[in-house]
Amino acid sequence: MNKIIITVVGKDTVGIIAKVCTYLAENQVNILDISQTIVQEFFNMMMIVDMDKSSKPFEDVSSDLERLGEEIGVRIKCQREEIFTKMHRI
Amino acid sequence: MLNMFEVIETNNMIEHEKLDVRTITMGISLLDCCDSDLKALNEKIYRKITATAKDLVPTGEAIARDFGVPIVNKRISVTPIALVGGCACRTPEDFVTIAKTLDRAAKEVGVNFLGGYSALVSKGMTTADENLIRSIPQALAQTERVCSSVNVGSTKTGLNMDAVNLMGKMIKATAEATEDKDSLGCAKLVVFCNAPDDNPFMAGAFHGVTEADAIINVGVSGPGVVKVALEQARGENFEVLCETIKKTAFKITRVGQLVAQEASKRLGVPFGIIDLSLAPTPAVGDSVAEILEEIGLERVGAPGTTAALAMLNDQVKKGGIMASSYVGGLSGAFIPVSEDQGMIDAVSMGALTLEKLEAMTCVCSVGLDMIAIPGSTTDSTLAGIIADEAAIGMINQKTTAVRLIPVIGKDVGDTVEFGGLLGYAPVMPVNPYSCEKFVNRGGRIPAPVHSFKN
Repeated sequence: MNKIIITVVGKDTVGIIAKVCTYLAENQVNILDISQTIVQEFFNMMMIVDMDKSSKPFEDVSSDLERLGEEIGVRIKCQREEIFTKMHRI
Repeated sequence: MLNMFEVIETNNMIEHEKLDVRTITMGISLLDCCDSDLKALNEKIYRKITATAKDLVPTGEAIARDFGVPIVNKRISVTPIALVGGCACRTPEDFVTIAKTLDRAAKEVGVNFLGGYSALVSKGMTTADENLIRSIPQALAQTERVCSSVNVGSTKTGLNMDAVNLMGKMIKATAEATEDKDSLGCAKLVVFCNAPDDNPFMAGAFHGVTEADAIINVGVSGPGVVKVALEQARGENFEVLCETIKKTAFKITRVGQLVAQEASKRLGVPFGIIDLSLAPTPAVGDSVAEILEEIGLERVGAPGTTAALAMLNDQVKKGGIMASSYVGGLSGAFIPVSEDQGMIDAVSMGALTLEKLEAMTCVCSVGLDMIAIPGSTTDSTLAGIIADEAAIGMINQKTTAVRLIPVIGKDVGDTVEFGGLLGYAPVMPVNPYSCEKFVNRGGRIPAPVHSFKN
């Protein structure tokens, strides 16, 4: 499994999740977990995805999503899972 | 499974609290480059560095992209050049050719600094050591990315006062040789006592002779993260304060450990150590001084500063040691003046003096670092300051260092701009009384009694 954490932060608007999920589906990226909340009127979403069967390499998915974020007006960031597990799990 | 708050916490550290990996430093042994022919030696050094480190910068960038954490510097340290060049170099000028080769190699592989233009003379100097030391002013004036360090003492050997005296002269000569750039050469020159073999931080990094052929050492950072964490502990007692620092240091160090392991794997070079230092930058919110102020000092330099720093340093180590099994280098809080906005402010308003900084170096990781002093400071006063600092290291069995910049043509009240990560600094006053007769005695200060442990 090649787990990636995708975070989306920005002003709430209609269709953020739909657009991100559509992109992921088109590129064979499997979503394992989604959580979403609104913190101080800001949309916060975290997705744990598996890129094992992805049709594109990590760098391309990462930069595509960054561009998609700019179109929607939110910031989308892709990071490998280890940075979070190393920091928060002993 | 990870939860969202953990992810947000990590990303806040990176985006708002300036968490970064300060440096991935590749140590490269040049011992196998030794040759009695100077030209051949230079060629071998260039080939070895450019071949070993060719993927260092792109790999660092790829890791930063994958984890979404900035890796600020990619650097190289090499075997002390006095050892490598001894066979071929007959004069200081011969050594300068090696400095130029190192500079060329650093530019070719794209690293911003290369350390190891060094001599280890804690007990005595060979002819090669002395030639290298005498070449330092020209070497630093004629190169851009080469950093130099000289170890003049250790707890085991005592202090080599001849070398201390010579370094006083060389710091001044380096300042004069780089006068047109506000004596910037001195920012690339460190005088050590108890220098570690595996320090990844510049300007004092070199690849010790006890190390493997190549190795990856990583320096983490994150004063901003500690400061923000402490904002949540305002008014709490020391136990809560210490817990907060330890937990934060643990988290920061784990990121360094991850990056180090990943770099080691991708480059096929063994992992050496993590250096746990809190390394500030001139950016607001990335300051060790601000942490001390958050702990409860009105300004750094106020009474209580040394105790607060001692506690901070110890808690950083305690948290960090749990996060990585291989901790080394300098590991502690850095207190450079020009590279830390809070220190600069404290000096400017008269809260922080050279003497207080010296006291602070007794309890933290390095020493008198990036301090601008008047260009009129004499060689012997520089030697006296080095001797004081080295004595602190020798007696306390710790690393200490001196990186002073006597800025030619400037005096107390002036400000010097070094640029970039080196920052800027107000010129600080130095005690005007002479130590000339003391430093000119010659010979060695013997090792202290507690060094006889065998």
